[in-house]
Amino acid sequence: MTMEKLVEKYFRPGRLPHIWCPGCGNGIVTGAIVKAIDKLELAKDDVAVISGIGCSSRASGYLDFNTANTLHGRAIPIASGVKMGDPRLNVIVVTGDGDSTAIGGNHIIHAARRNIDLTVVIFNNNIYGMTGGQYSPLTPIHSKATTAPYTTIEPAFNIPELVKAAGATFVARATTFHAQILADVIAQGIAHKGFSVIEAVSACPISFGRQNKMGGPADMMKWQRDHGVPLAAWDKMTDEQKEGKFPIGVLHHDTSKQEYTDAYDGIIKTAQGGK
Amino acid sequence: MNLKIYTERCKGCGICAAFCPKQILKVSEIEKIEVLDDASCIKCGQCELRCPDFAINVVKEEK
Ligand code: SF4
Ligand code: SF4
Ligand code: SF4
Repeated sequence: MTMEKLVEKYFRPGRLPHIWCPGCGNGIVTGAIVKAIDKLELAKDDVAVISGIGCSSRASGYLDFNTANTLHGRAIPIASGVKMGDPRLNVIVVTGDGDSTAIGGNHIIHAARRNIDLTVVIFNNNIYGMTGGQYSPLTPIHSKATTAPYTTIEPAFNIPELVKAAGATFVARATTFHAQILADVIAQGIAHKGFSVIEAVSACPISFGRQNKMGGPADMMKWQRDHGVPLAAWDKMTDEQKEGKFPIGVLHHDTSKQEYTDAYDGIIKTAQGGK
Repeated sequence: MNLKIYTERCKGCGICAAFCPKQILKVSEIEKIEVLDDASCIKCGQCELRCPDFAINVVKEEK
């Protein structure tokens, strides 16, 4: 389906143009999410999109599914409640790097540990954009931020490694330059039964790019093109060649672990049998 | 016509113009995308794929 038709079908009418800055990657990631949903042919009523707070979390307001724009950092616990209430729903969490790994950092590791069937799409723009460019746990070391005028001294998280170690059973990464791969891995994440995390590397030209002299939106996407390496090529590279670059594609997929709402169903049956 | 533009959605970011292999797109003085040569479009879809604002669309032939 063309993007024009996807917008007609899955966006709330009359809401465009959206609020995001010129060249912001959030629109591209949002487009990839609806492409993924369309690819899986999910009925709109069978999808819930739950977001936190931040620029990216505004996405839920444009989409015509069951949606909730919730509290800063708390999208995952609220999405967990939605999933527990109706496990048949496809629950997608829309969140930013600050929302999910700083204020919501505790929630993401425990949801991963439980392997609850949510699909978390992290719009990683390396910064707190909405509030004016404060550094986040995903701001690369030695970057400028409004809270780090002399550059940051903290290394950034590696999202895929973090959530994999915590127990996530599907982990992928893509960029807004690689928008088609992004839509494909989101679709695979939704189809996977278990806790899925997709890191969407996205440009914030206004609050991150400008401070760090990264050029305009297209320059930031060229950076993604030149640094994001599809897994097949990544595996053939030497450590030297990998320096400063990152792999994209499905990085981890484990179907052997029990999913949380399934396990909980078992508890319900046991409890009912006991009375 | 190969391309359909929703001018009111376009924010003139220039992403589509930067990645168009035929270099037929340009951001105008009023920061809206302009199609310089619609006939040369090869309908590769890269502009539509990466436009953050759902503003540029490749026209598909009706079946
Ligand atoms: S501040 Fe950054 S992330 Fe927020 S809308 Fe603007 S460009 Fe996008
Ligand atoms: S479809 Fe391809 S050739 Fe045509 S305008 Fe878009 S990017 Fe350029
Ligand atoms: S990518 Fe979209 S918003 Fe940006 S200039 Fe092109 S049509 Fe306009």
